[in-house]
Amino acid sequence: MYDLLIGPFVEFEFMRRALVGAVALSLGGAPVGVFLMLRRMSLMGDAMAHAILPGAAAGYLLFGLALVPMTLGGIAAGFAVALTAGLVARFTALKEDASLAAFYLMSLALGVTIVSLRGSNVDLFRVLFGSVLALDDPTLILVALITTVTLLALALLWRPLVLDCVDPGFLRSVSRSGAPAHLVFLALVVLNLVAGFHALGTLLAVGLMMLPAIAARFWARDVTSLVAMAVGFGILSGYAGLTLSYNMSLPSGPSIVLMAGVIYLVSLVFGPRGGLVPTYWPARHRAA
Amino acid sequence: MSAIQIRNLTLGYDRHPAVHHLDGTIEQGDMLAVVGPNGAGKSTLLKGLAGAIPPLGGTVELPRLGRHGIAYLPQAAELDRSFPITVFELVAMGLWRRTGLFGGLSRQDREAVGDALAAVGLTGFERRTIGTLSGGQMQRMLFARLLVQDARVILLDEPFTAIDARTCADLLDLVRRWNAEKRTVVAVLHDMETVRQAFPRSLLLARRAIAWGATTEVLTPENMLAARRMTEAFDDHADICTEAA
Repeated sequence: MYDLLIGPFVEFEFMRRALVGAVALSLGGAPVGVFLMLRRMSLMGDAMAHAILPGAAAGYLLFGLALVPMTLGGIAAGFAVALTAGLVARFTALKEDASLAAFYLMSLALGVTIVSLRGSNVDLFRVLFGSVLALDDPTLILVALITTVTLLALALLWRPLVLDCVDPGFLRSVSRSGAPAHLVFLALVVLNLVAGFHALGTLLAVGLMMLPAIAARFWARDVTSLVAMAVGFGILSGYAGLTLSYNMSLPSGPSIVLMAGVIYLVSLVFGPRGGLVPTYWPARHRAA
Repeated sequence: MSAIQIRNLTLGYDRHPAVHHLDGTIEQGDMLAVVGPNGAGKSTLLKGLAGAIPPLGGTVELPRLGRHGIAYLPQAAELDRSFPITVFELVAMGLWRRTGLFGGLSRQDREAVGDALAAVGLTGFERRTIGTLSGGQMQRMLFARLLVQDARVILLDEPFTAIDARTCADLLDLVRRWNAEKRTVVAVLHDMETVRQAFPRSLLLARRAIAWGATTEVLTPENMLAARRMTEAFDDHADICTEAA
């Protein structure tokens, strides 16, 4: 049992690094995912993950497979798409989903074009699917930094973010902080996707952000516990995914996201807040 | 003393006026009912007063308040009922002006929320999530938030629609209490009985003001008939309005 569950992490440094990376990603990404879900923007994370591709690809084209240019490029492209889409949604008749779809599709096409200008399939594979087992010090520090910034920003913006979800009309009537809070939040989405992109790649980065958040919705009754549970589920899927990939020789990034998927499916069936079993085969009801 | 000065106010959508060249003064401590047929611009007027939509022309002046002295309860609050938040937390959002973005709740604040919940008869509902409330309980909760907001001017858009008689009476008592505290209340209402009973002043709106004054003089059969003659549809080819700006 020890060999299966704990041994790999004691024995191999790359496993410990991967675990630290997954924990940091869950701490920052899962709360962001919770707010994405509550704002009915669950698919937005996916769109944004595509949107950061041209920036990362441009960094890759100019400097090869290097941390700093690809990170900065990804952040720049993500910000550009998120901010223009957010501004278009705030100030024109277009809704957020439509304006985001328009911008991220353009961004994705651009990204694929840039990647195909240069690059072997191996490199492309790494950009798309990450390399959680090869996290070096700078990458881990970057991920930890992004997580720290995210948690601080969420603590400060908690109230306007919650209120903007539950009653945006009321927020507008008491404060003008709705629009800036929303834009900062979009920036957090981009930052966390870029962090996830190094470990899990652009395609899977969204998985560790959204799946734990969505699974937590079946268990928690208020926002605070929702965030706590989502972080817990994220860390759990990170650990379980790494263990699984080590023991079964599976690719680690997809294993982590698959484990998050398993947690989601279990929650879907048994979760006490609207899961299938409690909804359709309820326990006996109370007298009042 | 006037609480709200309306000067030549035009509000609308896509350049079409929904409220057209409205002039008038709402005095501090007024209980003003806004009545009129569907599509008369009642809700639009409240949005304009609350600053939720910019005017197409004219001005709304709130001399001694600024924008923050207004509490506004929209007709269908854009409330996401599925959102996981408790009744207590939602009512506490009314404290925004005191706590701001970051401030925590003091014990005094918590008591204020408790008192407001007691005043609307929702004691014991603190830990319930808002999705479990009935329509009437929801409206009581929103009134509790208005109480906590402690605003000098309160705008209510059809606050008693689809609510049972007892809840309606309870909430109307709260409105009367606000009036006794010299707060200004402007309410869009459809039940003329309620208007005659509780609101000494009325504005009969049909895009333009048909009549504005003492309720007994406004709600006459002739005025009501005039209001009903308003055409509801916008004319896409209407000329640019040339009335004195």
